[in-house]
Amino acid sequence: MEQTNKKVLVSLKDINLKYDGEVILNNINLDIREREFVTILGPSGCGKTTTLRIIGGFVEPDSGDIIFDGKRINGTPPNKRNVNTVFQKYSLFPHLNVYDNVAFGLKLKKLPKNVIKEKVLKMLAIVDLKGYEKRSVQKLSGGQQQRVAIARALVCDPDIILLDEPLGALDLKLRKCMQLELKQIQRQTGKTFVYVTHDQEEALTMSDRVVVMNNGVIEQTGTPEDIYNEPVNAFVADFIGEANILNGTMIDDCRVRILGKELECVDKGFGKNTPVDVVIRPEDVMICDPSTGQLTGMVESVTFKGVHYEMSVRVGKCEILVHSTNSATLGSTVGLRVIPFNIQIMNKLLPIEHNIIETEVTYSDISHTDETDCYFEFELEDETITVKGKYFPQGTKLRIYLPFDALSISGEGDGDLKDVYIESVVYKGERNEIILESDTRKWLMLSDIDEQVATYVPLYFNFSKAGFEVIEEPQKEGD
Amino acid sequence: MKSKKLSIPYIAWMVVFTMIPIVMIGLTAFRDKAGGFSLEPFTKAWDYRFVFLKSLWIALLSTVICLILAYPLAYLLTKMKKSTQKTVQLLIMVPMWMNFLLRIYAWKILLQKNGPLDMALSLLGIHGSYIGNTAAVVVGMVYEYLPFMVLPIFTVMSKIDGGLIEAAQDLGSNNLAVFKKVIFPLSIPGVISGITMVFVPSASTFLVAEHLGGKDDVMIGDVIDKIFLNDQNTGSAISLILMVFILIFLILMNLFGDEEALA
Repeated sequence: MEQTNKKVLVSLKDINLKYDGEVILNNINLDIREREFVTILGPSGCGKTTTLRIIGGFVEPDSGDIIFDGKRINGTPPNKRNVNTVFQKYSLFPHLNVYDNVAFGLKLKKLPKNVIKEKVLKMLAIVDLKGYEKRSVQKLSGGQQQRVAIARALVCDPDIILLDEPLGALDLKLRKCMQLELKQIQRQTGKTFVYVTHDQEEALTMSDRVVVMNNGVIEQTGTPEDIYNEPVNAFVADFIGEANILNGTMIDDCRVRILGKELECVDKGFGKNTPVDVVIRPEDVMICDPSTGQLTGMVESVTFKGVHYEMSVRVGKCEILVHSTNSATLGSTVGLRVIPFNIQIMNKLLPIEHNIIETEVTYSDISHTDETDCYFEFELEDETITVKGKYFPQGTKLRIYLPFDALSISGEGDGDLKDVYIESVVYKGERNEIILESDTRKWLMLSDIDEQVATYVPLYFNFSKAGFEVIEEPQKEGD
Repeated sequence: MKSKKLSIPYIAWMVVFTMIPIVMIGLTAFRDKAGGFSLEPFTKAWDYRFVFLKSLWIALLSTVICLILAYPLAYLLTKMKKSTQKTVQLLIMVPMWMNFLLRIYAWKILLQKNGPLDMALSLLGIHGSYIGNTAAVVVGMVYEYLPFMVLPIFTVMSKIDGGLIEAAQDLGSNNLAVFKKVIFPLSIPGVISGITMVFVPSASTFLVAEHLGGKDDVMIGDVIDKIFLNDQNTGSAISLILMVFILIFLILMNLFGDEEALA
């Protein structure tokens, strides 16, 4: 790696942060090197902006160290850090014109007027705003305001520039243009850029290194190529680019079973008969004659995308996305092939086969013990949960097996558990696999609906699909 | 078209209760008692020039003191928790729920001989009356008009985007620099509307000076109040002059405000 011989400028060590009891950042470790363009990428609510604000000095972590050029800088206020930020909403001073906005930091450093003027004009030229000095910032377009904000940060000659989704408010065309411009400014000035975005394409285009975050945790760090080609888990694969993510079983080293077929792959060390996630990029799927295909399926849709055709092929119940320069006939049966190298195997995000609740019956209705009217109750995370149609005497210790489709997040009332956090949503070709987090544990759920990650929802259990196992009969009184 | 129709009642109200009275005052000011055209009311009004000056002086003093008290209070308010903010705002508003005259009487009692202030100070061996002077009038005015200074400044200050303060810190400002370079310049519109809302009514107020001031503390509002019963013409002339003064003041404030916004 080219970056490894460069000096580490900032390093975050074991950063933890909680807010209102919610974990915002969970053990963040990150090194940022000189002259590097690092992008922190993740869905909204993943903690990426908070990480940036910790480097900027606007947020103090509960624990962990921020090391800047070898010195610990926890507690140092933003004005004493040689770091400047380009804010999401630009935050230009409305009472100052373009020149005075850019000169703001230099004036505070009490530099001579002619030096300030020289630097500001030079910087305005770099961001392509020559001649705009006297304009009111409120009368500039979004792209121009953006460039003033960048100039204002750059002119202070900081060691690091922090950029918080700076292109979020711009339209697509301007955003593409600014992406290239930003990268060029970074090369030209030789500064370290730490860039925060939820736009994976932006991250891949600009960065030397991408840090993928989710739910307060760094999932993967690597070059854009690494992240795209070798995602560490289904979340990263799903978040970066398009991907077919399938449930599979690792039969042995280099042998994986997906969609009922055994295929050759190159990954080892997962053990025998281990459930895994399998990622195949749409451009790595080749369409061939059904007789020579590893898999066969029916073409369900063909869309022309300019450079390639996007096709959806139904293999069994599962939908496989294919990108190819050749189109297949809609409705025809085709064969699909993938070379072993392009089959990525990864550990499951949540390697469980059922959601298991181990509990004790706290109350049961003794008057009705027949199947239709009976019920019992147990406690889970301070909520009382009622199970209808089953009877176990009070005090019975139970193990309840809830299959993934026995969970749902839409229904009447507050739910069996209130406010469960949606940690990730991954489409597995057939249904969405959703990982939920309640107060003390995680749950895996299947759903046809594309839920929004990082939101809170009620969770309902459908006990008619559940399996019950008695661990221990209740102790009889007097024993 | 619909919006125009909706504005008819307001326009009618303005015409009947604002425009016509102003025109009538204008007409009355240029007549003598017999009803013929005359500049006599203005020559009579000239006799009250020192009362005019005194009124403007008291109004200016009250405005400046209000500003000195209100600005830090408004700033501190923005730094408080939302719940505390509400309580303090309420406390500022509560006196305004009471009748204006009652509040003046309250000050009369507070400041008079053997009143609470006198009693407290006599413990230190100082004895006297604190009423019947210009200072007492100013105290009464500041008390009356302080909320009108605090609230506009607070409103403007609390609307300052927190991102701007962070941006200033990010660019190297300590707390003092954040205040000087961001909060103060952006709070100017609030200060201007506060000054307007205090200066204008205090220049034309009446009864405050009558109850709290001494023999020399006569304000132009009191003069108009007294004179109008006997001599409508002179009363109108004085009112007209006062209006012109206030108009000039408002124009000046507006000019200043615009310049600030452009700078």
